[in-house]
Amino acid sequence: MKEVLGDIERWRRAGRRVALARVVDVIGSGPRDPGATMAVNEDGEVAGSVSGGCVEGAVLTEALGVLEAGEPRLCTFGYSDEEAFSVGLTCGGTIRVFVEPLDW
Amino acid sequence: MSLYEAVRDAIRAEEEVVMATLVELTDPAEWEIPPAGGEVLPRVGAKIVVRPGQLPLGTTGDADLDRVIARDAWAALESGLTGTRHYGRHGQANQREVVVFVEAFAPPPLMVIFGAVDFTAALARVAKILGYRVVVCDARPVFATPARFPEADEVVVSWPDRYLDTIAGQLGPRDAVCVLTHDPKFDIPAIVAALRTRVGYLGAMGSRRTHAERTARLLEAGVVESDLVRVMGPIGLDIGARTPEETAISICAEIIALRVGGPGPAGVTSLRDSRGPIHQDAVALSGPD
Repeated sequence: MKEVLGDIERWRRAGRRVALARVVDVIGSGPRDPGATMAVNEDGEVAGSVSGGCVEGAVLTEALGVLEAGEPRLCTFGYSDEEAFSVGLTCGGTIRVFVEPLDW
Repeated sequence: MSLYEAVRDAIRAEEEVVMATLVELTDPAEWEIPPAGGEVLPRVGAKIVVRPGQLPLGTTGDADLDRVIARDAWAALESGLTGTRHYGRHGQANQREVVVFVEAFAPPPLMVIFGAVDFTAALARVAKILGYRVVVCDARPVFATPARFPEADEVVVSWPDRYLDTIAGQLGPRDAVCVLTHDPKFDIPAIVAALRTRVGYLGAMGSRRTHAERTARLLEAGVVESDLVRVMGPIGLDIGARTPEETAISICAEIIALRVGGPGPAGVTSLRDSRGPIHQDAVALSGPD
């Protein structure tokens, strides 16, 4: 969170809406611990990360969707269930990422 | 002030704060007592923010659930652990109706480096990369200057033991004391004082011969064997480091290795030659992030 505060503040000052994505659960091998944070603004600019680069693209899409809908989402990214999840982690683990509008 | 601003300000001021977010309502069809018609369920995204000495901020909409979350958030402040917990919708234990993500923001850990030498400048640099607040301390005002250690958050001119006594209560398992003076008249009091604290890592620089002599002097000074094992000396992992920068990496690598239980009995191993998970959970506390 700390490392993205500067970008969040800049975006808020510019009147941009912001979504926050945070890793809340890591099951098995995962690149980043719970608390890893990625911030996205409504123009699609990104700060921070939630993995080693594997799922950031998908999280960006989810974050823009969350800003559009105004509702938070809990997203699961994993290797274990290829039918359900098109985006996986190369390290074989599963992460759950909570994506929410920064409206609180 | 919004919840976000409260969290932001605390993080920036390097004060302790915990943010708990309700991230999931499980399927009400699977709940032990299904929700009654018209029952208002806790809202996903609801937050409780807890700071020491202040009333919790925010609500899930259920006062009992709020109370339980705030209590567990307090515990997270102590342990520094970030993760999810499950509760009933009124905060009951052993139920999985709501999932709450509890995130503890701890102030950065502290590294105190004794000795205003070249190795210190390099160690301060690497420690900053790892997220430490870095204090350099030396009794000699000519050497202990901010200009020589621009990466240090603070440069203190003092005798090591005197300085340690002033911060002893603040030092905990996440913190580190590195004694780089390799001069017995500074080393011994510094190590003796550091052993009186709860500091998690205590390393002392010097050759094997220097360290053997130091160990003898520490025993003479009344340090008991069970405390001596806390002193990592010669400091650092055995990676063949030579320059101040390489030595700094070796010291920081040792700190990381000890956090997960220490390097193996055979010394440093490469990932190629080792087995088991690449990412290991810290035994004690999570490190800086």
